[in-house]
Amino acid sequence: MALVNTTKGEMEESLLEKKTGFVDNDNEYTTWVEYWLDEELVHRSVHVQLKQSAAFAGAEAASFG
Amino acid sequence: MCTSFMSELMTATHNFGTAPTRGTSAADTFKAALYLASATINASTTVYSSTGEVTGTNYTAGGVTVTNATPPASTNTSATAGTAYWTASASITYTNVTLSTAFDCVLIYNSTQTNKAVSVHTFGSQTVTAGTFTLTMPSNTTSTALLRLATT
Repeated sequence: MALVNTTKGEMEESLLEKKTGFVDNDNEYTTWVEYWLDEELVHRSVHVQLKQSAAFAGAEAASFG
Repeated sequence: MCTSFMSELMTATHNFGTAPTRGTSAADTFKAALYLASATINASTTVYSSTGEVTGTNYTAGGVTVTNATPPASTNTSATAGTAYWTASASITYTNVTLSTAFDCVLIYNSTQTNKAVSVHTFGSQTVTAGTFTLTMPSNTTSTALLRLATT
């Protein structure tokens, strides 16, 4: 019996409607899981996997002669 | 530029100007704060501010402490180029939070050094409801690390 933390306290997962999704691009791989109760969102968790730093600042090398 | 120098910049080894007085050689404490999609947080950000930061159940202003168990590293890629890099050594996690207003970036900042900003990392806009928001770090390599200083 799996319990899910929700806005209404812990609830049995089988009583809820589960929805999942993901985004995959150059910057991130993100997944989320939602649980709904009678068309009300009662839980949403998100996992963002950063693939690389978005703001890479390259520095020009000093002259080595 | 010497690759070792770039790595040493990350550990405050060199000082060309006026530096903060350090009472210890231990690593500073870094924190991660989440910001609303409507906030202006970018490369011009100089210090942590609660303006535009997310608010919600079980989220503490200022965010959470970043795990820093791995010191900066550096790698030469040629006689004239190299990269110094650092990545937090664990995922950044906000547990059992409700963040109802969309947010899309995290500010890493130095809470030891008067909350000075380090870096901003953006992602697709999200909300969290009675759940966990986990930010998993990229691989700690010369091409993907969270912080990279490079010569080309």
